[in-house]
Order: sequence, then structure tokens, then C-alpha cells
Amino acid sequence: MWMEGESEGLQTLGIVVVVCSSLKLLHYLGLIDLSDDKIEDELEMTMVCHRPEGLEQLEAQTNFTKRELQVLYRGFKNECPSGVVNEETFKQIYAQFFPHGDATTYAHYLFHAFDTTQTGSVKFEDFVTALSILLRGTVHEKLRWTFNLYDINKDGYINKEEMMDIVKAIYDMMGKYTYPVLKEDTPRQHVDVFFQKMDKNKDGIVTLDEFLESCQEDDNIMRSLQLFQNVM
Amino acid sequence: MAAGVAAWLPFARAAAIGWMPVANCPMPLAPADKSKRQDELIVLNVSGRRFETWRTTLERYPDTLLGSTEKEFFFNEDTKEYFFDRDPEVFRCVLNFYRTGKLHYPRYECISAYDDELAFYGILPEIIGDCCYEEYKDRKRENAERLQDDLDSENNQESMPSLSFRQTMWRAFENPHTSTMALVFYYVTGFFIAVSVITNVVETVPCGTVPGSKELPCGERYSVAFFCLDTACVMIFTVEYLLRLFAAPSRYRFIRSVMSIIDVVAIMPYYIGLVMTNNEDVSGAFVTLRVFRVFRIFKFSRHSQGLRILGYTLKSCASELGFLLFSLTMAIIIFATVMFYAEKGSSASKFTSIPASFWYTIVTMTTLGYGDMVPKTIAGKIFGSICSLSGVLVIALPVPVIVSNFSRIYHQNQRADKRRAQKKARLARIRVAKTGSSNAYLHSKRNGLLNEALELMGTPEEEHAGKTTSLIESQHHHLLHCLEKTTNHEFIDEQMYEQNCMESSMQNYPSTRSPSLSSHQGLTTTCCSRRSKKTTHLPNSNLPATRLRSMQELSTIHIQGSEQPSLTTSRSSLNLKADDGLRPNCKTSQITTAIISIPTPPALTPEGESRPPPTSPGPNTNIPAIASNVVKVSAL
Repeated sequence: MWMEGESEGLQTLGIVVVVCSSLKLLHYLGLIDLSDDKIEDELEMTMVCHRPEGLEQLEAQTNFTKRELQVLYRGFKNECPSGVVNEETFKQIYAQFFPHGDATTYAHYLFHAFDTTQTGSVKFEDFVTALSILLRGTVHEKLRWTFNLYDINKDGYINKEEMMDIVKAIYDMMGKYTYPVLKEDTPRQHVDVFFQKMDKNKDGIVTLDEFLESCQEDDNIMRSLQLFQNVM
Repeated sequence: MAAGVAAWLPFARAAAIGWMPVANCPMPLAPADKSKRQDELIVLNVSGRRFETWRTTLERYPDTLLGSTEKEFFFNEDTKEYFFDRDPEVFRCVLNFYRTGKLHYPRYECISAYDDELAFYGILPEIIGDCCYEEYKDRKRENAERLQDDLDSENNQESMPSLSFRQTMWRAFENPHTSTMALVFYYVTGFFIAVSVITNVVETVPCGTVPGSKELPCGERYSVAFFCLDTACVMIFTVEYLLRLFAAPSRYRFIRSVMSIIDVVAIMPYYIGLVMTNNEDVSGAFVTLRVFRVFRIFKFSRHSQGLRILGYTLKSCASELGFLLFSLTMAIIIFATVMFYAEKGSSASKFTSIPASFWYTIVTMTTLGYGDMVPKTIAGKIFGSICSLSGVLVIALPVPVIVSNFSRIYHQNQRADKRRAQKKARLARIRVAKTGSSNAYLHSKRNGLLNEALELMGTPEEEHAGKTTSLIESQHHHLLHCLEKTTNHEFIDEQMYEQNCMESSMQNYPSTRSPSLSSHQGLTTTCCSRRSKKTTHLPNSNLPATRLRSMQELSTIHIQGSEQPSLTTSRSSLNLKADDGLRPNCKTSQITTAIISIPTPPALTPEGESRPPPTSPGPNTNIPAIASNVVKVSAL
């Protein structure tokens, strides 16, 4: 038998539905606000725009000529019209050179090596300073820059975990389809080889001096550092 | 690699210094920048408007006119600039393509003019950016339709001479404007269709009373007259159907077509009625058959283009109509159920069952509101109002889609009609202006260029194999090669990778040497032995980018990288390692280990790209014969 209460139950349900939908309607109309996180609605419309210092100053600070700085700036401005590179753009640009694998991890470390002031964005001056060291600097400067790259937490020492991260990032760039097939412990083996060579006192960490010394002993590395001399 | 990012290549190469201390073997030599000249400005004079750009900008795309040496043909010695006698407006888009890497299609530009210009500069239209690609394709399709129309009507006019009587008749039926006879026939049949339909309608009107009996419909009062009219119409229709059947080029297809089925259905009831006269049992069915006489009205669709368009529209909007129907059905069932249960409590409710509530729901959702069924309880009224509100929405949604479809098809037809009307005048004008041979020549040249562009599209690899590497590409390849050396692994394509995986899983031969020693040596052995590069890195398999341009560039890189004769398998390469003990060669069970004769790495000479490789052995050998002084081999 149909109970009186069930009909009333349906009535209540109907009234609840009407009330809820009217609340939602008012929210959409903007008369009341039901959401918790209002801050997300406000988009950050700030456009960062940065102009580099004058050409003469940059020429004085770096080892590039004016023409080279011009060419560099044109390329820089083409990809980053706002004048600064943030990490996302940096990763995208770098990933275009390595389509086989995933270059984002290595680009992340590179970005932090470029961003010396740790502001989260790389301006043209930072960019050009780093390039000046890499392309026109002395061997000592290059090695020090590389040490800085490997030292992820910037504490002055490279330990095995940091090196593992770096080497893993490099291997990630290779992608999946390689010959011979990439094994799980290939990066670890690579790191072991590296530490055997670099860590003189076998204390598990590599300091700047150990690094400089070991690299200077290795002819291969010395030769490779000169490889990109005429890149510009 | 996008062209815009090419400017960042020096940065990427500089950053490669970060790999150097990690790498265990020497890096390959960098490609020398032979033409070490400063970047210079080039002036391009296009019909008087001067464009200037850097030389390197143009060289980003070496397979186009401006990027290759072909532009030297247009060099003007006196003014030291390149002169092109082409449209400067379109050239703007072309030059922007070089600068930004994206090709845009301006809306105001005529599609064939644009195609011509692109073909001249050697740029494939397929690389038009996503933002403009839709527009370009639409315009191209319209143009193709127009050309097709012209072609068809030309063919029609040409096929004048030898037509059999049957073919003439068929053409007369399909196209009433071809001859006066056809026009007469067209109007006569139209008249009789109208007469027949009106007869059917008037038959049922009550026609005044005969004294002594109730009101009669006209059909029964003047039954003889109506019977004669009906007979006459059916005669005409039968004759027409038989004539069409006779004239049709493919009788079987004609019989299956919609119009002929309508014809048959329209005249069948009459004949069936003749056969079965007043047999009481089947008179019910007979009455039903008379309903089909109303289908004669569909015969009008041969006469009216608008009706045909409507039918075609409905057919093409079938999916939207289906969606409408489906959503309506869902909503009807939901609301009917709710209304039934809501109204169950009230007395004398008309909502006796859920199917009975269907009627209420349909009437409410389509906003008809007959009022024969109304809810009486509060809940019923609430849900009833929600039902009517949602009905309006559900019906309003697919209707604009159908309308826009109809409008598009209708306009297309309008355009076709307009074209046909203007055709005569246009042809006369063309005949006056044209000089026979030169027009034909231009036409064929355009076709030739289009064909060329199509061929270029089809074979990007062969096209690139013959071109010289641009500096940027060789530098990029060098960068990738450095990465290979750093990690002691090589890039290969997906298929070879699958092959290797399969082989290694087939052969799990454990190594006889101690793993650590062999692995250590294996690592150093690999990179230091001389081996030939991999070839034909198939661009289709593992490229993330799908645009043609990136594919072209990457395939250029990898094909150009193989300066040596190509090896088809990695098995034949000389770097059989012992580190994992897995041999790709499943034929023999021998393990070949390559042992370095010189223990310390510095003694190894760096291998430049210029050194010729040793001859590579065939696929199934496992004794690498390494000619360089680096490795001594011993078979275990």
C-alpha cells in the first residue's frame, strides 16, 4: 500500500532539489559566493618584461664581441619575448634538441646552474655570463662551472646521490631505443666509475679541489673541454 | 627541431660541457664551420617592395627556393639584390615563415593565387600552421568543387552528338530544361500529382446531406467522378513510371532508388483495389492501403529543389537528430517515472502507469501542454515544472546545428545555380579576351607545378638524401653524437630495438667471465672500438612531433649522419660486449669478448669523423675484425 509518508518524502525531496538549484543559480549569478578558493580565480596578469643592460657593459663583463652578443640576443629574444626565461620555457627549448628521450630533468639542473641568483628566472645577463664561461672561459672556470652544475644542493661537495641524479638525467635524454639496451644499473655503474676516478681520498664525496685535480689529469676531458671553442 | 630554436643551438652545445667529466671516452670532433663569414643582410626586391633579412634566416629551410642556391638565378648584379617578379603581399607570409617557422594563410587572399606563390617558392602547403589550416582546407575544397562543376558541365556539353533515343529520354526526365518536350512532360505530371493529392483530400470532406441519411463524405456521394479522376491520374503515373524504367541506364539501380519506390507505392493501392473488390475480410487492409496514396505528394520532390535539399539536410544531420531523439527518450523515461511515483498518492490520478505518464511527459517537454493530464500533488507539480523547463533546453540544443547544416547546403545550391546562370555570359567574355595557345600553356604549367609539389610531398627522404647538410644540422647531429659517446649507448630506431630485445630474450647465455671485470671493460670497450654508425633512423617510428617539417629535418640529420655505407643490423657492428653476456647472434654459442690491449684510456686516440671505417663483416659473424689500433680480440 502506498504510504502517506512516502508521498511526503517525495515532497521533501522536491523542495530540497529546488532549494539547492536556486543556491547554485545565485552562485553562478555572482550574488553569493560558495567557493572556498577565490584566489585561484584571479589570474596573474603580470607580464614580466626585462631589458638587459647596455651592450658595452655586457661586452666588458663577458668575453664576447658586440656582434656575437647581438646574435645571441636575437635568438634569446625570439624564444622569450619577455626578456626572461622561466624554467618551463627553458625545459621546452632544451627538449627540442633531444627528441628521443626526456630532457626535462637535465634541463632542470642546467636551469639551476644558470640561475645563479636562484630567482627562478634566467635573464639575458645570466645567460650570457654562463655562455661566456662555457665557451670562452679558462679551463679552470669551465671546470668550476661544471662542478657547480653537479653540486645540486650547492653545498660545495658532490656526493654519490647528486651524481646519480645527474647521470640518470643524462641517460634519460637517450630515451628507450638505444643500443645496447639500457639496463637499470647502468647509471649506477657509470657513477661508480666516475667516483673511482674523481674521489682521491675515497671518502665518498668529491670536493672542488679533487674534481679540478682529477679532471686536469685526464687528457680526454681536457680535450673535450676545448671542443666547443668555436661554437659561436 | 623548430627553426626558431636553431638560434639556441650554441647554448645547447655549450651546455654539453656538463657531460664531459662524466664521459669515459673521447668526444667526436666538432664539424668545422667552413664558411666562417659574418651573418649578412640580404635584400629581396619583390615587385619593387624591398624586404631585408639575414642570410641565416633564409638558410633555415634549404629545400626551398630562398634557402637554396636557386635564388642565385634571381640575383641582380647591378643592384646587388635578389629580384622576384611576384606578389609582394603573399611574399610577406612566405618570409614570415622563414622568420618564425610558422606559415600562415591570409584570409583575404585568393586560394589559387596563394597556392601558385607557394609552389613558386617551393614551400609545401601542408606545413600551414594550425591556426590557419582549417580556413585553407575549406577554401581549397570549395575551389575544387568549383573546378569540378566546370569540368562536369564541360563534359555535358561535349557529349552532344551521338545519344541514343533511350539516353535522350533519360536526360529529358532528369533535366526538364533540355528540351521543350521534357518541359511539357514535367508540367503535365506535376499537374496530375496536384490533382491526385487534392482529390484524396476532398474525398473525405462532408459534402452535404442526402435526404434520409446521415452526412456523407464527397467521396461516397460522387464516387463515380472520383473514381474516374483517380483512374486518370494512376494511368499517367503508370505510364511515367514505365517510361522511366525503360529509359534508365541501370534498371536495377533505378528500381532500388527512393523515387521509384515512392512511385510504386503511390500507384499500388489502386491496382490492389481493382483486384480485390469489396471483400469484407481484407477491406480493413484495403483502407490502410488508401493511406499510401498520400505518398504521391512526395513525387513533388522531383519538381522542387527545396524539398530535395530538405531531405538531404535531414540525412546529413542524422547524428544530431539521433542525439536529440536519444536525449529526449532518456528524459521522458526519467520524468515519467518520477511523475508516476509522485502522483501515486493522489486519488483519481490519471497517471495510472509509467507508460501512461509518457504521454504527459512528452506533451510537457515539447511545451504543448494539452491539459488532459495534470499533476495534483505538490511534488508532482514541482517535478512537472522541472520537466517542462528541461524540455525546452533539450529540444533547443540540436536545432541550431540542423539549421546551420540546412543553410550551408542551401547556399551551396544557390551558388551552383547562380554559376550556371552566369556561365554563358562568362564564356562569351572569356572567348573575347583569350588568345588560344598562351592560355592553354599557362593552364598546363600550373598543373605541372601542382604535380611537382605533390611529388615533393610524397618523397621527403629521397629529396633530402641528395641535398648538402646545412651547418645547423651537422652541428645538431654532432651534439647528439656527443651524447651517445657520453653514455656509451647509441640511438636506434624502434624496430631494431624490438629485434634486439627478442634476440636477447631468446638467448640467455651466462657469461663465463666475472661480471664486474667484464662489465668494466665492456663499458670502455664499446666506445673505443671503431664501429659504423646506425643508419636510416626511420622518422616515422619514434618521433614525438608529427608535423612534416620536423620530420624532414630530423630525417635529414640522421640520414646525413651515415656517411659510411649502411649497415642493416647492429649485429654486424664491431662492439660485441661481454658485460651482459647476451649475444645478439643466436647461431653460435661462442662469446666473443673484446679486450683492450692498451689499459689506460689516454693512450686511445680520439676518433674523428674523417677516419674511414673498417670494412664491416656480414650479419652473422661474431669475430670482429677491427682495423684500428685500439682493440685486440680474443675469442673465448
